[in-house]
Amino acid sequence: MNFSEVFKQSNQLCKVSPDGKYLATCVQYRLVVRDFNSLQIAHLYTCLDPVMHMEWSSDSLFILCAMYKRGLVQVWSLEQPDWHCKIDEGSIGLVSSRWSPDGRHVLNTTEFNLRVTVWSLCTKAVSYIKYPKACQKGVDFTADGRYMALAERRECKDYISVFVCDDWHLLRHFESETQDLAGLEWSPNCCVLAVWDNCLEYKLLLYSLDGRLLSSYSAYEWSLGIKSVAWSPSSQFLAVGSYDEKVRILNHITWKKITEFEHPATIINTKAVVFKEVEKRPVVGSEDLSIHQLTVDNSLFSTQSKYEITQLPAQVPVIKPDPDRANPKIGISALAFSADNRFLATKNDNMPQSLWVWDMQRLSLLAVLEQTAPVRCFVWDPRRPRLALCTGNTKVYLWSPAGCVSVNVPVEGSFQVLSLFWHCSGSSLVLLSKEHICLLKYILYNVSLSCHLIGILFRRHAVFL
Amino acid sequence: FPNPLSSISGISMSPSRQNLHHSLHSTMALPKTSYSVLSAFCTEENISQCIAYINQEVCSLGLTGVSLESKSGSLSAVPVLNLLYEVLQLQRRAQRALHELETQQLKNGSDLEHLQHSNCRLKDQLEHTRRDNSGLHEGERQLQLKIKTLQNWLKSEKEEVQKLQSIISSRATQYNHDTKRKERECTKLKERLNQLLMDKRDKKLSIEISNHVGRSDGKRGLWKTGKMEARHEGEMYKALLSDYETRQRSLMMENSELKKVLQHMKKDMITILSPKKPEPANDSLEQAVSECEEEIGDPSRETLEQSCEQAREQLTNSIRLQWRKLKSHMERLDSQASLVASQEREGEEMMSRKEHEEEMQRMRMELQQCKEFIHMQQQLLQQQLSSPCDEETAALLNDCYTLEEKERLKEEWRLFNEQKRNFERERKNFTEAAIRLGHERKAFEEDRAAWLKTQFLNMTPFVDRKRSALSDSALSVGTEPEAKLQSTPPLVTKSLFSTPKAASVKMPSTADLYRTLHLIPDSRGHGKCQSGEMSTKSRLRNCSTDCSVLSFVRDENSPI
Repeated sequence: MNFSEVFKQSNQLCKVSPDGKYLATCVQYRLVVRDFNSLQIAHLYTCLDPVMHMEWSSDSLFILCAMYKRGLVQVWSLEQPDWHCKIDEGSIGLVSSRWSPDGRHVLNTTEFNLRVTVWSLCTKAVSYIKYPKACQKGVDFTADGRYMALAERRECKDYISVFVCDDWHLLRHFESETQDLAGLEWSPNCCVLAVWDNCLEYKLLLYSLDGRLLSSYSAYEWSLGIKSVAWSPSSQFLAVGSYDEKVRILNHITWKKITEFEHPATIINTKAVVFKEVEKRPVVGSEDLSIHQLTVDNSLFSTQSKYEITQLPAQVPVIKPDPDRANPKIGISALAFSADNRFLATKNDNMPQSLWVWDMQRLSLLAVLEQTAPVRCFVWDPRRPRLALCTGNTKVYLWSPAGCVSVNVPVEGSFQVLSLFWHCSGSSLVLLSKEHICLLKYILYNVSLSCHLIGILFRRHAVFL
Repeated sequence: FPNPLSSISGISMSPSRQNLHHSLHSTMALPKTSYSVLSAFCTEENISQCIAYINQEVCSLGLTGVSLESKSGSLSAVPVLNLLYEVLQLQRRAQRALHELETQQLKNGSDLEHLQHSNCRLKDQLEHTRRDNSGLHEGERQLQLKIKTLQNWLKSEKEEVQKLQSIISSRATQYNHDTKRKERECTKLKERLNQLLMDKRDKKLSIEISNHVGRSDGKRGLWKTGKMEARHEGEMYKALLSDYETRQRSLMMENSELKKVLQHMKKDMITILSPKKPEPANDSLEQAVSECEEEIGDPSRETLEQSCEQAREQLTNSIRLQWRKLKSHMERLDSQASLVASQEREGEEMMSRKEHEEEMQRMRMELQQCKEFIHMQQQLLQQQLSSPCDEETAALLNDCYTLEEKERLKEEWRLFNEQKRNFERERKNFTEAAIRLGHERKAFEEDRAAWLKTQFLNMTPFVDRKRSALSDSALSVGTEPEAKLQSTPPLVTKSLFSTPKAASVKMPSTADLYRTLHLIPDSRGHGKCQSGEMSTKSRLRNCSTDCSVLSFVRDENSPI
């Protein structure tokens, strides 16, 4: 594993092309496209204003740069660097811009969610979709890119429209049985649409592609409800995280609850392993100072950390949410399945320093990672069952069923990792700090192989020895 | 309160009774003492009167049989004695009765005391319980009060809750209404805004594109027609259908797996149940098994193959039946087993204990052996450690160490030699280079001299004389630094740099080398050496570049 040099970036805009060949970053006005392997600049484009949003088209041929303040979208081509396209939304304003799955249409949401404008790069045609709903997740495309579901609000009622992305034909339009729809998401097999109500009511609805209500699920009433929803990649499970600090797993046949995962403050489950991050400042002896300075260099001043296995029962640090505030910091805010469906990672907001990993085969808790700082971001490797996370300090943490490691980012100055994502091959990680990016390449899957490079490893069975 | 009252009355009564006894005592004791003092009861004069009195008294005492009769002034002794005897008898009786009464009195007194004590105690106890009682009463009263207040509070709270609930619900409806109104307004506004924007024909709303892009699938766009719509529908249903098909397939797979498991279970059940058949113990079981077999034998196949409602029912029924049988059988076996086990347990326990003990014994033996072994080993080790007193082993050990040391030294020596050789080689190279350089310089000097000479000769008319003078001057230049060297040492030592002597002491080989090298071809080389511990590189450079007298002088100054 090695770290690349550091590149500049602004607005956390850094994306890898879907084919994995290029890395695009935005630095104020400029869009820089690099070859992912050599990191040499392949293309350089200059936009009209600082870029607020950037996105690759699905075929990795175009890049969309949105400048919301000026209501502008610019599209750049990788094949023809002198080709250009500028879309001006005019005085109506622009709040969000995205590609359609075919990479030939741009969908712009105007200010006040007045409408969605669909611009075609093939024909210059414009079409409008009225009444889009402003909510947590109002638009979703199926994984095969064929259909788009859009949440709408008309006459104080929620509607869902299903469009065919090929020619923006309205396939279905139906009323959803929600009070105030908060989000919708297609199942990965493109046949079921999960729709959930906003937090005032626990209500999850499942619609078929043709608009039939397949099932509805409500775990409880009179309390704050759903906070997050995630499909397993096989579409077999639907995980629903809620404000009651529980994750409920629904099955895809009866759409009933299989199990629920609680996040207790005291972990007594003996099958789970609690990894606790322990920080220690390096003790610099007089005799090894010279060697240290030569080898460790800048990490001399940063704290080292390692994981230790805590004896059970273990206590998880909990913060008490302020009940007078809206959107209290409690409940499951983030859920993610591993690519092989075997693991589920969750984060409970009132235990911000802990990340929970569940075994989906045994439907039980597998590991808890207790960090020294609140977990900012966690992402599964798209190929293998391993998890990368960051907590806003200078370290990256990796978990796999074999163990857990912390890796210091060896960069001049401090590189505080605020977010991260994997390259589609799963061999590299892109780390983002406030204004910089850094690439972590050639990460060996077997953590034990790299442990001599990066720190201390704890094996699961170490507990049982 | 009847008890205390009675006790009180008892207390009040007791002293009076005591007093009564005392008075009795006093009246009885008085005559005794007065008897001796008053000896003048009977005198010569009043004998008759006395007799009469005594008679009277005796009569009153009830001793009618005996009476004194005076016979001319003298008393006959017999009646008197009889009387006396009677009186004495009477007296004794009275005495005895008195005694009895006294002991009775004492007993009664102590009884009384005891009763008084117990009475006191009981009174205290009573007081205490009374106090407790009142305390409890008070507590109860307070609790009652508390309950009352709490009930009131609860009632008020309930009312409050009801009120709040009604407020909440009214608010909720109000808010819902408001939000709906607002939303409507919002949509209206949006509509209006949209209309305005559309009416205004927003000039800015545009797309600038250098040239159109082909569709990602390479096909051309199609017109929107009814046909397309139908196609979309068709595609959608196709997708749904395929999904259902895959799902059905997976379910089928799962189902068949489960069926397999079921069949397996059934088979197992049969095998479990059938060996019991030969046992004549229970006919019912046999019957059941045979029934099972009959049922399982043929229709199960069919039921598994069929998938209609009826077949399933049949299947579940048969399974249930078998399961029940198995369960009862198991229960029976269990009870039997427990019976047998309870019978056998005692004997077994004895056996096991015996075995256990034997095992323990054996283990203990083993442990002992092991311990001995360890001890022996330790002893041997100790001996070995303590025995280096014998010189031989010590010497041997020493030898070993020295040998090792020697070996190491030899290794180091070898390394050193190698390094030395390397150095030698380098030095040789260096000297060769220096010599070559010297030669070159010499040649150059000669060239220069020749050139100067020719120049000079060309310029001046005295060609011949100058030639010889030049050679002289060259010589003088050569000798000059020699003289300087001898004269300057004290001056140079004052400078920061070491003297040539010191340099020579430090690194004699190089200094010598330089001296020999540079003195032979050119006297200036010697001068260079004076500048002390300059790196050989710089020396070389200096040597090669500095040719003029001027530069030489500057070099000399530079270190100072």
